[in-house]
Amino acid sequence: MTATTSTPPCEPAIQVAGLGKSFDHNTVLRSIDLTVPPGTVYALLGPNGAGKTTVVRILTTLITADTGTATVLGHDVGRDPGGVRRDIGVTGQFSAVDELLTGRENLRLMADLHHLPRERGGARAQELLERFDLVAAGDRGAQTYSGGMKRRLDLAMTLVGSPELIFLDEPTTGLDPRSRRELWNIVRELVDEGVTVFLTTQYLDEADELADRVGVLDDGGLVAEGTSTELKGRLPGGRIEVAYDDPGELAAAAGSIEEATAHEERLTLSVPHDGSLSSLRRLMGRLDDDAVTGLEVHTPDLDDVFLALTGHAARKAEPAPATPASPAPARGAHASTGNEAAR
Amino acid sequence: MSATTAPTADSASAPVRRGAHPLRDSWTMLRRTLLQMVRYKSLTLMLIGQPLIFLFLFVHVFGATMGAGLPGGGGRADYLVFILPAIMIITVASIALNTAYMIALDMEKGIVDRFRTMAIAPSAVLTGRVFGAVILTVLAQVVVLAVAVLFGYRSDGSILAWLGVTGLVLLMTLALTWFTVALGLSAPNAETASNTPMPLLFLPFLSSGFVPADSLPTTIRWFAEYQPCTSVINTLRAWTSGATAGTDAWLAFGWCALITALCFLWSRRLYAKVRAH
Repeated sequence: MTATTSTPPCEPAIQVAGLGKSFDHNTVLRSIDLTVPPGTVYALLGPNGAGKTTVVRILTTLITADTGTATVLGHDVGRDPGGVRRDIGVTGQFSAVDELLTGRENLRLMADLHHLPRERGGARAQELLERFDLVAAGDRGAQTYSGGMKRRLDLAMTLVGSPELIFLDEPTTGLDPRSRRELWNIVRELVDEGVTVFLTTQYLDEADELADRVGVLDDGGLVAEGTSTELKGRLPGGRIEVAYDDPGELAAAAGSIEEATAHEERLTLSVPHDGSLSSLRRLMGRLDDDAVTGLEVHTPDLDDVFLALTGHAARKAEPAPATPASPAPARGAHASTGNEAAR
Repeated sequence: MSATTAPTADSASAPVRRGAHPLRDSWTMLRRTLLQMVRYKSLTLMLIGQPLIFLFLFVHVFGATMGAGLPGGGGRADYLVFILPAIMIITVASIALNTAYMIALDMEKGIVDRFRTMAIAPSAVLTGRVFGAVILTVLAQVVVLAVAVLFGYRSDGSILAWLGVTGLVLLMTLALTWFTVALGLSAPNAETASNTPMPLLFLPFLSSGFVPADSLPTTIRWFAEYQPCTSVINTLRAWTSGATAGTDAWLAFGWCALITALCFLWSRRLYAKVRAH
């Protein structure tokens, strides 16, 4: 939301055109195009198996693309992988810390590999331990760390070389709500310092929270791209969810309001809504005061966008992600559609 | 390539650029390996202790009987002289086995992916492991020899012969370790990696290591005569007892050099090839 106002004077941090990749006749990516301006956060959003990690692995020089071109910080990933590696930092999906070493030793290892002089390496390690709240655990073996601590150490290791661009592949998968919010804050701080962030996620709220631009990846293709506001704007409107505690009343209401859909299992009536006050007032006039137990105005969120774009939900076959303990400010208006609406 | 940072177009195959320092990076990786050994004390001690168990078992427990079976007869002390080369090879093999496991563990944990996205010499990750294994092997061999001396081992070999022994053991360590590095890299997971190279431990048994080759059954004797372990063991045995090794020495060094070269190239190739997670 910050960086899209003016065209950046310098070249894009990431420029991808016609990127394609197959593994054994299995097409994983089909002609991806995307551009990430420097200093912004780009989120690649999609379900498991959509090809998110493949994009990251190509851009971070771990694998080569079959077709298309990709330029990262001015270096072609195929022709100049060394140039790309010098300037990026990568936090992969799998924990990449050495569990036999302490947190500090892990950071020192990175400093040595970045050829920092000894003293500067030590200072950098200390600085990052402080920043990531790992000082107390700094001299303990990393195998004793919690999932959130390992993730933080992982990210701290990525930052030792002060990269201009960092890749985060599903940075919060498997984290508890608190660790998740901590990680979000760290990402925001990095962006404030001018770092470009390319992240993948299967959580819509994460993309909504962090990203300037969101690319929706489904089955190897980008099905939509834009700011989360733009993406939400592609849906005509939201809906109003009316809660009942009596199935009979629900059925009666569903019968009298023709455009409504009844969800018996959660005792709610879903009515399409164009966002105007007049239509809300009209609907309220048709509801029975005594039967209705709750009412929510539901503006379209990325969940709806994803559903509309791909015809299936983003979180299919995924165990419910850890939802943040306190609802994200932008999404406070609606509760996650389930049981909450029925109360 | 280090004199100027000329922007060569075809740099994909030559990642040695401004950022990469193969020696320095290998040294960093070696320190990582050594630090891991210090942290994982039980495993390190087990690796050093394992050949001692063999030594104790074969010399102290079975030694008298086995020694009597040697050509011309003999006792426990003669058998100790006879099997010391085999024990040395078992020492090398068991540490190499562990290297396969550690490499596979690195690959599984994703830390190698991190290294691969950094501007470091691609072979440094592997050479760090291999040199770590060499250092541990040297340490373990010193312990084995010290215990052997305690058991009454005396050598008739000259200083020069022992230098040759040291050289051959080092080269064999490189050969076996690069082989297990390749196995570790090609294993789908760490469990497989710790099992696949197991037969390496048995190779010394199917050679002239524990009993004279001509006392073996025909088929095994045929295998024993041609497998690398036999020439290495014969060479080590000759040199440690003050004899000359003849063609066995050439064969032993040839085998080890060939295996080292092939497995180094194989490992490097496997490392460059990326597994799809």
